[in-house]
Amino acid sequence: MRRFINRRPGRQVGLLLAALPFLLLTAVYLAASGARLEVNPKDKLLPAPSSFVEAMAEMAFEEDKRSGQVLFWADTGASLRRLGLGIAVATLFGLTIGLSIGLFPYVTSTLDPFVAVVSMIPPLAVLPILFITFGLGELSKVVLIIVGITPFLIRDVAFRVRELPEELLVKAQTLGASSWQILLRVAGPMIFPRLIGALRLSLGPAWLFLIAAEAIAATEGLGYRIFLVRRFLAMDVILPYVVWITLLAFLMDWALAKLSRRLFPWAES
Amino acid sequence: MSAVIIEGLWKAYDDLPVIEAIDLDIASGSFVTIVGASGCGKSTFLRLLLGQEQPTGGRILVEGEPLPSEPGPERGIVFQRYSVFPHLSVLDNVVLGLEFQQAPWSGRLFGQQRRLAEQEAEHLIAAVGLGHVRAARPASLSGGMQQRLAIAQALILKPKILLLDEPFGALDPGIRDDMHALISELWQETGMTVFMVTHDLREAFKLGTRVLTFDKVRQDPHAPEAYGATITYDLQGRQRAAAG
Repeated sequence: MRRFINRRPGRQVGLLLAALPFLLLTAVYLAASGARLEVNPKDKLLPAPSSFVEAMAEMAFEEDKRSGQVLFWADTGASLRRLGLGIAVATLFGLTIGLSIGLFPYVTSTLDPFVAVVSMIPPLAVLPILFITFGLGELSKVVLIIVGITPFLIRDVAFRVRELPEELLVKAQTLGASSWQILLRVAGPMIFPRLIGALRLSLGPAWLFLIAAEAIAATEGLGYRIFLVRRFLAMDVILPYVVWITLLAFLMDWALAKLSRRLFPWAES
Repeated sequence: MSAVIIEGLWKAYDDLPVIEAIDLDIASGSFVTIVGASGCGKSTFLRLLLGQEQPTGGRILVEGEPLPSEPGPERGIVFQRYSVFPHLSVLDNVVLGLEFQQAPWSGRLFGQQRRLAEQEAEHLIAAVGLGHVRAARPASLSGGMQQRLAIAQALILKPKILLLDEPFGALDPGIRDDMHALISELWQETGMTVFMVTHDLREAFKLGTRVLTFDKVRQDPHAPEAYGATITYDLQGRQRAAAG
């Protein structure tokens, strides 16, 4: 008998094993939901699958009577806009500031301790400040995402730059590279795949801050909708929304991984 | 003519001397090999020549001028590892030096300039025997091929001094002999001054016109780090004309 650490599932068994927890969760839900509905057909806590379909058909294909919008897609669009903008700006800051901190000792001395302290501020604690400063509109929600994930991106990029072999930086200098050229042609391109890795890790927090901001002050958005319908115990909307958010986050993560492999094949080994 | 003059060179880290009292006069076009036990300052000596580290005392003159205090294009380097850029193809690795020289802001060449640079680079790539893999990335090359690339990359700016830090230490013996032939040939052709650190005595005598050995002359058994290493032997190697 081989040791457990040396036994590997085949491809098909692997797929089956991967599906198992999902199937198990679904089965547990269906059993629990069925049991509750049997006692009380009007139970709202664990709706039957048919209720999800009904509720979501209304949300996704019918115009809302009050706003004239199809709520599901309006919510999705609003949330993705905020998330995309926040992540884009945070990435830009993370890359430029992180590279500078990692590469230039004078910038390290100036900004490294500052970023280390700022990154310890709980972003949600400053959300009221953001609302006061930037108002309750789109800007404060985007800024919360930026404030939430930029410090991590900066520190990760700076750390990765310092991890680059000293030899390569020396080599570039013996090829006559200036500091700027080293940043542009050596350090920058070499940490791009690491930046995407950091970005993937930031997706979770970015969604967290988005939902939090939308829950507190918004008029549309996935997080706003969930917290709105909570008042009516509308689990038939909340659960599909949660699944949808999870799916979106998962797809973003997958796309980033794919992009990284496509653009930076040299970083794989 | 002297390519490099070293006077009373001394280097210490936190008061612990690594190398001390080195005086040297290296003729232009020499192939200097440096041998010695691990941890006796060979690599430190090379880093001082490179300008990556500053001497604690003494001075280094290159063609009569004090050595700049940072690495520069007049002194090329090949390390044992991490000598080439993994994100660039073979061709781009070699073109890079020309791009740094000719494009201060973008660091990239385009159009006619790029074609000229590529021609020059391809000439060197062919000379080190990598013509057939010019589009490949370093990760797909063998260790010996990567070092060939590193040499081509270092030579593109025609440095007067080439520094080699155990460049063939990680290669198989057969491959190593090929590399010896290559580096000898390039050295003869270019007339540059070469400094090469190696563990391998045979290699040192085979290649060097001048063989330096580093060792500690004073030993305190109770404080093995109290004294630094210096040059204990300065031997004549092969003659330049007979080399190759």
